[in-house]
Amino acid sequence: MTYFPEEVVEHIFSFLPAQRDRNAVSLVCKVWYEVERLSRRDVFVGNCYAVRPERVVLRFPNVRALSVKGKPHFADFNLVPPDWGGYAGPWIEAAARGCVGLEELRMKRMVVSDESLELLAKSFPRFRALILVSCEGFSTDGLAAIASHCKLLRELDLQENEVDDRGPRWLSCFPDSCTSLASLNFACIKGEVNAGALERLVARSPNLRSLRLNRSVSVDTLSKILMRTPNLEDLGTGNLTEDFQTESYQRLTVALEKCKMLKSLSGFWDASPLCVPCIYPVCAQLTGLNLSYAPTLESSDLTKMISHCVKLQRLWVLDCIADKGLQVVASTCKDLQELRVFPSEFYIAGYSPVTEEGLVAISVGCPKLSSLLYFCHQMTNAALITIAKNCPNFTRFRLCILEPGKPDAMTNQPLDEGFGAIVRECEGLRRLSISGLLTDKVFMHIGRHAKQLEMLSIAFAGDSDAGMMHVMEGCKNLRKLEIRDSPFGDAALLGNVAKYETMRSLWMSSCTVTEKGCQVLASKMPMLNVEVINEVDESSEMDESHGGLPKVHKLYVYRTIAGARDDAPDFVKIL
Amino acid sequence: MSVETERSSTESSAASGLDFEDTALTLRLPGSDPDRKRASTSDPDCPSPTAAAADSPPSPKAQVVGWPPVRAFRKNALAASASARTKFVKVAVDGAPYLRKVDLAAFAGYTTTSAAAYDQLLAALQDKFISHFTVRKLGNEEMKLVDAVSGTEYVPTYEDKDGDWMLVGDVPWRMFVETCQRIRLMKSSEAVNLAPRAAR
Repeated sequence: MTYFPEEVVEHIFSFLPAQRDRNAVSLVCKVWYEVERLSRRDVFVGNCYAVRPERVVLRFPNVRALSVKGKPHFADFNLVPPDWGGYAGPWIEAAARGCVGLEELRMKRMVVSDESLELLAKSFPRFRALILVSCEGFSTDGLAAIASHCKLLRELDLQENEVDDRGPRWLSCFPDSCTSLASLNFACIKGEVNAGALERLVARSPNLRSLRLNRSVSVDTLSKILMRTPNLEDLGTGNLTEDFQTESYQRLTVALEKCKMLKSLSGFWDASPLCVPCIYPVCAQLTGLNLSYAPTLESSDLTKMISHCVKLQRLWVLDCIADKGLQVVASTCKDLQELRVFPSEFYIAGYSPVTEEGLVAISVGCPKLSSLLYFCHQMTNAALITIAKNCPNFTRFRLCILEPGKPDAMTNQPLDEGFGAIVRECEGLRRLSISGLLTDKVFMHIGRHAKQLEMLSIAFAGDSDAGMMHVMEGCKNLRKLEIRDSPFGDAALLGNVAKYETMRSLWMSSCTVTEKGCQVLASKMPMLNVEVINEVDESSEMDESHGGLPKVHKLYVYRTIAGARDDAPDFVKIL
Repeated sequence: MSVETERSSTESSAASGLDFEDTALTLRLPGSDPDRKRASTSDPDCPSPTAAAADSPPSPKAQVVGWPPVRAFRKNALAASASARTKFVKVAVDGAPYLRKVDLAAFAGYTTTSAAAYDQLLAALQDKFISHFTVRKLGNEEMKLVDAVSGTEYVPTYEDKDGDWMLVGDVPWRMFVETCQRIRLMKSSEAVNLAPRAAR
């Protein structure tokens, strides 16, 4: 291969888009390393502290699409204190200096400032796509900068971010010359937007395929917009709560009927049952439906809608749908691949309209199901075993029983056997979240059978260190392990230290790890950052009775070539 | 009529309907007591111990940090809509000249074991109508409000969507909120027809 000119080698590499493959070829020899790095277009950084931004930019100066993730997953549930880190600034600054050809930036769980957004908007003349997921730290002023300066903007996708609302001005900042928008998602913006500006923007965006509005957009504005977007494939509705005149809803139906390409529907913020019939015309063509922000829709409303959705592949819904509603899903949606059932109330000791029966019905009717997130108040081993047999194609299985440590509702036994069946039958399982009463046995099953498992979430489970050690020994492909409120201590932490270099990260909170154990880990493994996060304000449940050593409240361990980070706050100790 | 030992609802485990066993600190795994009923069908307001056996049982409202694992964005979105939702129903008390209204959507449940009972319906009813009270939950799980001063017993009843008069407390809380149209605190002596067993 060394006799080939570099252009040929580069051309061959262009058939390898996957990062893993490109990483592999760059190890072959120096020539290949050089060719590969200069032709790399997509870079994915799973942990922003695993490598310095300057180093990434130096190695891949021609990158077009950069993707960076910041805080650990449990930050979604307020387990990571504010000001922990995950700042986007250094990444945007480094890119502005070293790779001005950047076109796309994706960030997840990072802190992004308005200044950074302004720098982003002004530094990359070919910039066309900004996707921010679960980020915070910026306001609509930052968005105004993006709108004003990114002349070729195709995609602005804001998913579940905490955005400081400074008024509707930002939407009007898209210049009249901006006609390239294909995807706009501002559903998480809390405040009003200027309806006229929105309508004009849509009118001059012939390529618009995906549009997700926020709560402030009225039904009439929505109808007007839809008349202009016959090619729309993905829609997030605005306000469907008010008791509109019948005419408004009729106009909406007419407008929706024009959207023959519409495949995916979301929004429905506090949607009134009156809007449900408007949606009927498009139901039969939908592959994706998100009703999880409509607690005002009762089971009967939901089933009326869903009974028309014969092509549905992805459904997100609240537990208001109830077991009988899930039976309708099971008999209607034969192509269902992803189901998420969210809780409409968060009480630990309460009552859910969905139980194990709903999930069993789904497993019977929807054998293609591969991705599940299910919140409920009770589960049984028998149900899990049945579900596993019916749906061997699970790649993601997340079950959350709302009451920590709750046993099998029929037998009062732990749910070890049920989850054991899941990992045995579903050989392709990559992500698993377990809950309910669980002993070390479940971890024995996981270690023995979950060979493809990449991410495991554990809460209030296990009896002893042996539990965690089963997982560390057996799960060869494990990348992310996150544990809370489980009795795993130093022996488990230190049982297989070399493994942490094969993983992205480990999170342990409210376990029985001590600072001594963390120090031992840090000294044995210099290529890891061992972050001990101790807050003062948290509940004082951490007693010091574990051999007199204070227990570590929160521990975050990750492999890195960047060394200890220099932006850590006071309450984070990097060992 | 017998006025049982006067205890405030927060102290009396019998009054709140929780067995002493549930609040006792034991080394048993939670849920491994074979005598415990399925929480979902028997008593929706009865909390059970968490896996951390040293902790006291959580109140029905989630007190565990970061649990359930739902993103803050989603929790806030649902909370915003919950505060916007109201369900006001009229409350009549036998012997009182005028009616009151309560917002059922503002409460978390019928009653609770914890000290702060302000989010519970019965506490609110007591607050509005009866100066001194005891909540008595009997063996057959009827809830009664007792005016300690006059000794009068009231049974909380409600009219459901079908127009039938039902005993408050029989169905799970959320089902009750959905179906309740109005509430009447009936004098115990008149409530004979509703009680599953003959009133004493």
